[in-house]
Amino acid sequence: MFEAILLTVITASTPLVLAALGELVTERSGVLNLGVEGMMIMGAACAFVAAQLTGSPYIGILAGILGGGIFSLLFGFLTLTLVANQVATGLALTILGLGLSGQIGEAFVGQPGIKLQPIVFPLLSDIPFFGRVLFRQDLIFYVSIALVVGINWFLFRSRTGLKLRAIGDSHASAHALGINVIRTRYLAVMFGGACAGLAGAQLSLVYTPQWVENMSAGRGWIALALVVFASWRPWRILAGGYLFGAVGIGQLHAQIVAQNLGIVIPSQFLSALPYAATIVVLIIISHNRRTTLINTPASLGKPFVPDR
Amino acid sequence: MTLSEGPATVPLLSVRGLTKLFGSFAACNAIDLDIAPGEIHALLGENGAGKSTLVKMLFGVLQPSAGQILWQDAPVTIASPGEARRLGVGMVFQHFSLFEALTVAENIALSLDPKISLARISEEAASLSKAYGLPLDPQAHVADLSVGERQRIEIVRALLQNPKLIILDEPTSVLTPQEADRLFETLFKLKAEGRSVLYISHRLEEVRRICDRATVLRHGKVTGACDPSQETPASLARMMVGSDVAEVHRDNTAALGDIRIEVSNLSVPARTPFAVSLKNIAMKVRAGEVLAIAGVAGNGQGELFDALSGEYPVAEDEAIRIRGKAVGRTGINGRRLLGAGFVPEDRHGHAAVSAMALSDNLLLARSQSDKKAFLSGGAFSVIRFDAIRSATRRICEAMDVRKSGEDPQAGSLSGGNLQKFIVGRELDRQPSVLVVNQPTWGVDAGAASRIRQALIDLARSGSAVVVISQDLDEIFEVATNIAVISEGRLSEAYPAGMLTLERIGLLMGGIHESHSIPETAHAH
Repeated sequence: MFEAILLTVITASTPLVLAALGELVTERSGVLNLGVEGMMIMGAACAFVAAQLTGSPYIGILAGILGGGIFSLLFGFLTLTLVANQVATGLALTILGLGLSGQIGEAFVGQPGIKLQPIVFPLLSDIPFFGRVLFRQDLIFYVSIALVVGINWFLFRSRTGLKLRAIGDSHASAHALGINVIRTRYLAVMFGGACAGLAGAQLSLVYTPQWVENMSAGRGWIALALVVFASWRPWRILAGGYLFGAVGIGQLHAQIVAQNLGIVIPSQFLSALPYAATIVVLIIISHNRRTTLINTPASLGKPFVPDR
Repeated sequence: MTLSEGPATVPLLSVRGLTKLFGSFAACNAIDLDIAPGEIHALLGENGAGKSTLVKMLFGVLQPSAGQILWQDAPVTIASPGEARRLGVGMVFQHFSLFEALTVAENIALSLDPKISLARISEEAASLSKAYGLPLDPQAHVADLSVGERQRIEIVRALLQNPKLIILDEPTSVLTPQEADRLFETLFKLKAEGRSVLYISHRLEEVRRICDRATVLRHGKVTGACDPSQETPASLARMMVGSDVAEVHRDNTAALGDIRIEVSNLSVPARTPFAVSLKNIAMKVRAGEVLAIAGVAGNGQGELFDALSGEYPVAEDEAIRIRGKAVGRTGINGRRLLGAGFVPEDRHGHAAVSAMALSDNLLLARSQSDKKAFLSGGAFSVIRFDAIRSATRRICEAMDVRKSGEDPQAGSLSGGNLQKFIVGRELDRQPSVLVVNQPTWGVDAGAASRIRQALIDLARSGSAVVVISQDLDEIFEVATNIAVISEGRLSEAYPAGMLTLERIGLLMGGIHESHSIPETAHAH
């Protein structure tokens, strides 16, 4: 029973972790992309359609990544090249993504999808409990864990990551040092889009292998909250993502238990829990303002126009 | 570190007819400049003369609209700061280009070859900073460092690239006199190594002291090239300003009246991690007195102003008294109603709303304290436009505010004129207490002398004036008494005539002597 719940928690948490990691990199470069939900659903639609047409879930994954990445390029062009307001553009991106994905997936509604099969590690997967939980997962799960390690290394150990953080802290100073602010931000935005797209692919190929309109169901927004919750630190994204995933799954079980006991808890109340948790955690971490300020990208959401 | 030099006659860097247009406005207009190897060359000019624009072009941050840059007699295009560095140009910015959230070593690493490891950078920075007498801890977060320390990072960062030319943009404006002396020693060391220094400043004394040659800019044009040691400060000022600057007059005989501001045991915790906490501040200002508070930027001046003005009321009501009344917990309007006036530091966004007309800005500041004059209709608070317009006109005339149109947007005025208006807005009320923070920061010399004279005149007419300033020349011009703020602590106030620059410098560095000052010490 516990193992089964844990497996569903992992499946529910992976897309949150992926989308939040991508957004973390975007925000570390100083760009606030509120279009995570839109990029995610585009990834889900592209992945599902490509998998149906080719019969290969791996091509589906690729299509999801490309779908999210290319869609984010639209956001990049509007906010970085045309210097449009990032908040408004991000919201528009979400609305556009929800509509466009519905159009793409229309012909595929109700079709049974192709489920991405787990990759079983021999020997390791024989370890009782942990082996079954951790080493009989699909590719996307392994990628999500690798990304946490990789992004943490990239941001805090590599010189390129240092430049990315520098741009997020003060784009004017970074520009004065000769760092190409706009190009780096484009790459960061596209990485965020690709991650959101991969998260979407996980939804339509692993979580519920079928196409349903609006199937991202607000997960993009949770991912956004998660980035702040994690105070822009990759490991905290992993912890927070699993916490949110567990709360999401837990509320389903709690409802069933509550129903059996005859207690009526409005489901809306339980679905609001992750957001309430974010607020509580934000209040707790904002207590130490020095650490928060050192982690928060100071130029987040501010447009950059080189004065030449 | 040795440098390969061409023949001594070939200038290291020459600039021919360099022009930068912003729209139709020429920030730099056909500028010629030669910098010889191994010289300290001053670039003099007032704010807005085009100094910063010129050096930004030399460092590849801005692209010239016309003209040519020659490096060792070969024409070059400096398309980016990276290219400037490859040529051998290092830059220390006026507004630091540092990243607060990163460590010292990380900040330095950003401008170096990515192949060099962070550990090696830390090592080299530490040894280099020792060699030039600029102590630094590579692991410290910039956010936790003082302004002087931040400047050291910039200098060490520039030096690590082994440059032939180092550009320093107003380096001493943030330093104590002692820190500045140490910087000059570093510059002489660089010069002795055959490197050139382009030294940007509007401080005439230090330019005369350390620079071999000077180029003077005004309104984007070169108005003079000279050997500064052969000039007097007055002749240099004339080249900078274009006319003689009115001298500020003050008589020291004015009798002091009753105590108007009394601060005792004022302690305020820091509001943000990067702010300064105020520690046990005490001061008394009498009618007829100008108390000037000196100090290096970021030592609690802003916090002290916030506490005095009531922008952030303090916990202890008794800690601040204005005209005998305890006002610690009273807000800014309550204090204004007692006859106090306040001029905060930041013209745009703090002292004035840039996008609103002057008359609107006047009303915003005085809607409570001059309710009767500017508003009618009782509870409806209808604006009396005729009254605020005529008051605006009165202020502009009194302070000689030059503007385009009858009632332009605050943002359309030059810094000096807007500052005159903001100070005039308070003076117009004849406040019995006035607190001003950095009254002439970034203001041209003409406007600055006008504002200083107005502050002195206000005190002479029987008001108590507190001037918080980083500008020591200004402090000696206006002050009856001088106190120094350092790390949130305020020294006791000394009569201006008893203090020297050197002693103020010691106080700025946080060195307080318990003994009385020798009677022989005189300042100006």
